[in-house]
Amino acid sequence: MSDHEYTPSSKFGKWFNDRLPLLTLANHLTDYPTPKNLNYWWTFGGILTFCLITQIVTGLVLAMHYIAHADMAFSSVEHIMRDVNYGWLLRYVHANGASMFFLAVYIHIFRSLFYGSYKSPREIIWILGIIIYLLMMAAAFMGYVLPWGQMSFWGATVITNLFSAIPLVGESITTWLWGGYSVDNPTLTRFFTLHYLIPFLILGLVVLHIWALHVPGNNNPVGIDIKKPSKDTVPFHPYIVIKDAFALLMFCIVFALFVFYQPNILGHADNYIEADPLVTPAHIVPEWYLLPFYAILRSVPDKLMGVVAMLSAILILAALPWLDTSKVRSAVFRPLFRQFYWILVADVLILGYVGAMPAEGLYLLIARVATAYYFAHFLIILPVLGWKEKTTPLPLSITEPVLGGSPNLAAARSDEKIEKTIK
Amino acid sequence: MRKLKNIFFVLIFSVIVLNSSNSAEKSPPFLETKWTFKGLFGKFDRASLQRGYQVYTEVCASCHSMKYLTYRNLAEKGGPEFSEAEAKAIASSFEVTDGPDSTGEMFVRPAKLSDKFVMPYANEQEAKAANGGAYPPDMSVLVKARKGGADYIYSLLLGYSEPPEGVELDDGVYYNKYMYGNKIKMPAPLSDDLIEYTDGTKATAEQMSKDITNFLMWSAEPHLEQRHKTGFRVIAYLIILTVLVYFTMKKIWSRVESKV
Repeated sequence: MSDHEYTPSSKFGKWFNDRLPLLTLANHLTDYPTPKNLNYWWTFGGILTFCLITQIVTGLVLAMHYIAHADMAFSSVEHIMRDVNYGWLLRYVHANGASMFFLAVYIHIFRSLFYGSYKSPREIIWILGIIIYLLMMAAAFMGYVLPWGQMSFWGATVITNLFSAIPLVGESITTWLWGGYSVDNPTLTRFFTLHYLIPFLILGLVVLHIWALHVPGNNNPVGIDIKKPSKDTVPFHPYIVIKDAFALLMFCIVFALFVFYQPNILGHADNYIEADPLVTPAHIVPEWYLLPFYAILRSVPDKLMGVVAMLSAILILAALPWLDTSKVRSAVFRPLFRQFYWILVADVLILGYVGAMPAEGLYLLIARVATAYYFAHFLIILPVLGWKEKTTPLPLSITEPVLGGSPNLAAARSDEKIEKTIK
Repeated sequence: MRKLKNIFFVLIFSVIVLNSSNSAEKSPPFLETKWTFKGLFGKFDRASLQRGYQVYTEVCASCHSMKYLTYRNLAEKGGPEFSEAEAKAIASSFEVTDGPDSTGEMFVRPAKLSDKFVMPYANEQEAKAANGGAYPPDMSVLVKARKGGADYIYSLLLGYSEPPEGVELDDGVYYNKYMYGNKIKMPAPLSDDLIEYTDGTKATAEQMSKDITNFLMWSAEPHLEQRHKTGFRVIAYLIILTVLVYFTMKKIWSRVESKV
């Protein structure tokens, strides 16, 4: 928060602002002191906001043409693709937009993991983020059901069946979710309603996420607390705005390549076959962004325990601020953590890969090892690392460690080398 | 500058990923043929689409429906682009049931441009009964509904052969090396000179396979040409804007000593 009180210059502005301080808010957002050493990994917050708005806008127009009925959903999507003006563009932006949204959110999450952005005093920001991520998965899953293709139908069947693993009441809960005795029209209509609702819940949580961020201010690649405003910060506008805009445009180029040149590569061919409850596809796979969790689910032989493992894999993230016992935020100054961080990244990628493969033989074995490692990272490695690891010395301010530039990984490494040579 | 280089690597990488689509397949590699609709400026071969329609209507249409297509589509831009008169003539050669009329009776009339493609069977059950229990899939979006897309369809049409030794086939089941499980209930649909092309092209099995696959690609993606055209413009615009914003950013950040 800026230190000075803001007073609008015009008389009307002052009258209005005294009653509803929108101008104070706008002034806060423009002046908001931001660490000047933020790298491009920090631009994904803005990119995610763009993704959310794109999904809401394209989704609204699609909803005007889509028919949520088991007999008509598939053909209404074809109607959008063929007869609605620029319907193909709207649908491809919306479908690929979901993938781009998840791509961005994974980068955003892993940035946070690397630089320790989840640590005190930013725990609430982090937990709000986890809730947003959970809602995103729910929205994406239900959205994938709406075209009522084979993967929609069978994906919905597999996922909703997970609830039947709950002891005693599982079967009743599943029937209640379906609105019948199998995935059918009532399931489709309620999924459509929820798919329409959730993005607005996300929007509300995003406001809270940003609000909570603006209390302590941004973390930064060095991970130290900085005085705000000071020599270490720049006002959000124009510095961060223009940088975010540049990164967003780069992101949009990748987005456009998918939409215009490979719009179906991230989807599954089977979803262009209309849902048929009598024909089960050879392999039922979720969308790519859910694959790591799908792998965890299938790596446990017991159904209930599989569901528990999958849910814990996400919920364990909420406990992360307390599982990571190290006081140092940024991995730049944590040589051991840095290595384990990259192993975790590889582990999640491997989980994603085996999630797309049939759960048998070697794939199943790899999935089990990777699942075990995933939990070990959070439950064993991180707490122990905080105790054992010898971190490299932290700079006193952003401007201090290297002359005339921002510290980065390479700079920190070269510092280590210099220290070694001196010794 | 190093960061910028990284970002470009990401871009190049994603282009490679985009281009190497349809490559993951365990069955024999697909037959190679050149598709005019691929690439940055890919367009359909108009004459091939028109021949493809002929193959569809004279060969495939006896079993396969294309229920999302309308006769007007045949005259639309980016498609086979028959003239409106030709499309009308094509439509009127089919009969549809309409009604009820003012006396409450249903009646049969020639199809109009606004009618959907006439289906070979009244319903799925009838289709199955007539085809030994196998349902000939609707072909409107078939190319997108199969892994491998156009290459797969093209290869499948030419992939019939005698079964290798040890493979037993039931009656009405055929061997096709590109089919999932190698067993297919559709007999080889195309053979040399099966039809006579109106434009005089020699109707080899390869030629017909290519034409019908082109036609099916168009029916699955009727706006493909517009998509490519718009896409090129959008991306060119984005690149120019990105460069301008990059220099603006450099200028703005030159006021502080930090690098971007």
